Order: sequence, then C-alpha cells, then structure tokens
Amino acid sequence: MTLPADYPYFIAAWILLCGLYGIVRSRHLVHMVISLTVVQSSTYVLLLAIGFRQGGYAPVFAGLHTGVKVVDPIVQALMLTDVVVETTVVALLLAMVVKAHEKSGTTSPDDLRFLRG
Amino acid sequence: MKRRHRLLLFAFGAVGIAFVYCAGALNMPAWGQYRGPYGDAIARLAVYQRHATDTVNAVTYDYRGFDTLGEEFILFSAVTGVMLLLRPEKQRAGEKKNQEGGNPASFRDRAALSETVQVFTTAIFGFSLMFGIYMATHGQLTPGGGFQGGVLLAAAPMLLYIAENTEAFQRIVSHPLVEFFEGAGAAGYALIGIAALTMGAAFLTNVIPLGMTGDVFSSGTIAAISACVGVEVAAGFTLIVYGYLREILSRAAREGQ
Repeated sequence: MTLPADYPYFIAAWILLCGLYGIVRSRHLVHMVISLTVVQSSTYVLLLAIGFRQGGYAPVFAGLHTGVKVVDPIVQALMLTDVVVETTVVALLLAMVVKAHEKSGTTSPDDLRFLRG
Repeated sequence: MKRRHRLLLFAFGAVGIAFVYCAGALNMPAWGQYRGPYGDAIARLAVYQRHATDTVNAVTYDYRGFDTLGEEFILFSAVTGVMLLLRPEKQRAGEKKNQEGGNPASFRDRAALSETVQVFTTAIFGFSLMFGIYMATHGQLTPGGGFQGGVLLAAAPMLLYIAENTEAFQRIVSHPLVEFFEGAGAAGYALIGIAALTMGAAFLTNVIPLGMTGDVFSSGTIAAISACVGVEVAAGFTLIVYGYLREILSRAAREGQ
C-alpha cells in the first residue's frame, strides 16, 4: 500500500478528530484534559509537516554551512514554546478538576450542572 | 442532551471539519516541498545578523521575541492559577494544625523501592542539574534553550523524590526563593526588552554586543533572554509540583482525622 504524498497533513487531521471525539465522549474530567492535549498535539504535526523539506537539514548552523538546504525554523520555534506552555496550562486545568471534585464530589463532566460563585 | 444525540452532533461536525480541512490540505504545497520564503530568509540571515547558529532560538527569542514574551506570561499566569487554586484552605475551627506537617514519604510504598533506583537517581541528580544549565545557556548555539533547560532543571528535584530523599526534595520545592525566581525570570525578560527602549531602540531590540559566532557569550539578548526563560520555567514547574504536593498532603491530613 502506498501512502498519499501529503499523508502527514491527514495524520494531523486524524489526531485532531481523535482528540475531539475523546472530549465529546468523555466521562471523566481528567480524561477530558488529556483529550485536549491530543487535540493540541495535532497542531504540532501540522506545523512541522508544513515546514518540512525533503532532504533538508536541521536549521542549526553549528558545523553546517549557511546556504545548505534546511527545514523551516519558524514553525519549529512556534511549537517549541507551546510544548512547555501547554504543560503548565494542563496543570492549571487539572487543578480546576481537583477543585471541581472537591466542591461537587464528581469527576464526570455530565454531572457538573451547576455554577456557583 | 443524551450521549447518543451528542455523538450524532459530533459526527456531523467532524465530517464538516474533515471536509473543510481536506479541501484546504489538498491545495497546500506538497509535503516536503517547503517553499519559504520566510524560513529561508531567517536561515540565511540569522547567523550573520544575530551571530546565533541555532536559528530556531534566534526566531524564538529575537525575531519573534515579543510573542514569546506573551507565551511566557501565559506560563506565568498558569502557574499563578495553579498556586491560587491549590492554596491551602483556612483552618476551620477545631481542626488540628497539621496542614503542612505531613510527610510525602508516607504516600510511597517503601518496600517497592529498590536500592538500585535509589542510588542511581541520586547519582544522576547532579548530571541532570548540569545538563539543564548547559541546555539553558547554549540555546543560541545548538538545539536547546531556556524552555528545554528549565524543564530539565525542574526535573532534578523530582529525581530526589524518586530516590526517597524526601527531606531534601521538600526543602527545595518549598523554598521561598522558588517564587522569587519565577517572578525574576519573567521580569528579566521584560526588563531586557525595556533596556532597549532606554537606548532609543524599539522594544526587545538586540542591543547587547553580539560577540563571536559560536561563542557561549554571543548572540546578544538571545542568550540573556534564554537564560531568563530557563530560570522562570524551572521555578514555575517546581512551584506546580509544590502546589500539588501540598494539596495531596493537606488532603491526606484531612482524611486522616
């Protein structure tokens, strides 16, 4: 079986839809947060696929002549910061889960039907 | 809404997303045929303009420095949010004051830990610290930088936790200086940007002398900002671990009563 030439783009779409499916079907808030990270990782695949160049080197010119064909450094910089920032945001969401469980006694998103100040 | 209805609605939306996405993807340049021009321009110019051999970090901390400052503050506010949400609740009347008094070691299965793990994790503590510092200070030359180095630095105290040196672990993560470093890292980044303003240049202009390409002290503000980010990320991650640990301890103390 030969893969279509643009298959990384479609892998990104597949990961995105898997993550969204996980969020929709979620029965547990922690599961929901992890599904969100799956959604987010699809953007990494897409960004890196866009910047990839067949036969290109890593855009690090330590011991590499400038002028050599390299992959796009900009998309790599975009996702580099996000990997770390995402982790702290996940920590924030999980802290919210802890508090939601403490206040309502449930971790199922379906049972969270109240908003209290 | 019933689960089945929700799933039906999702299927409808997913087909829509897939359709629009595929229509877009099919019109993109073929995979592996990146056309530029911006990535190529950066790859061609960064070494000469900024004396930084890692163009990814030249983009992160210089060409795109203003955006990274924004991301930095997302990180900062997320850590603040975690600490705020997981702050110890006020002692209710009649409750014993043992909120912070619990011992993390009591939540581990002591018998399960082998001596090999204990010795090995303690032994690589120093290497982990050194590697983190190396990463955070050499981002302008080779892959790495403040974000990666900071995470490595924050991982070092967790090795102590694995090694069951919980006393040292707790001393490190609960130290008031961690909070100070978290703020100092974020402030350092902003101050480097403001320093450029005082010299009459635009915010975050690379005003520090660029030095020799390939030298550790080269690339001007890129190295300086990378180090600031390293400090902030390391402190931020350590604070998050501390926040969760404190939550577990106070919860166990509540349940133990």
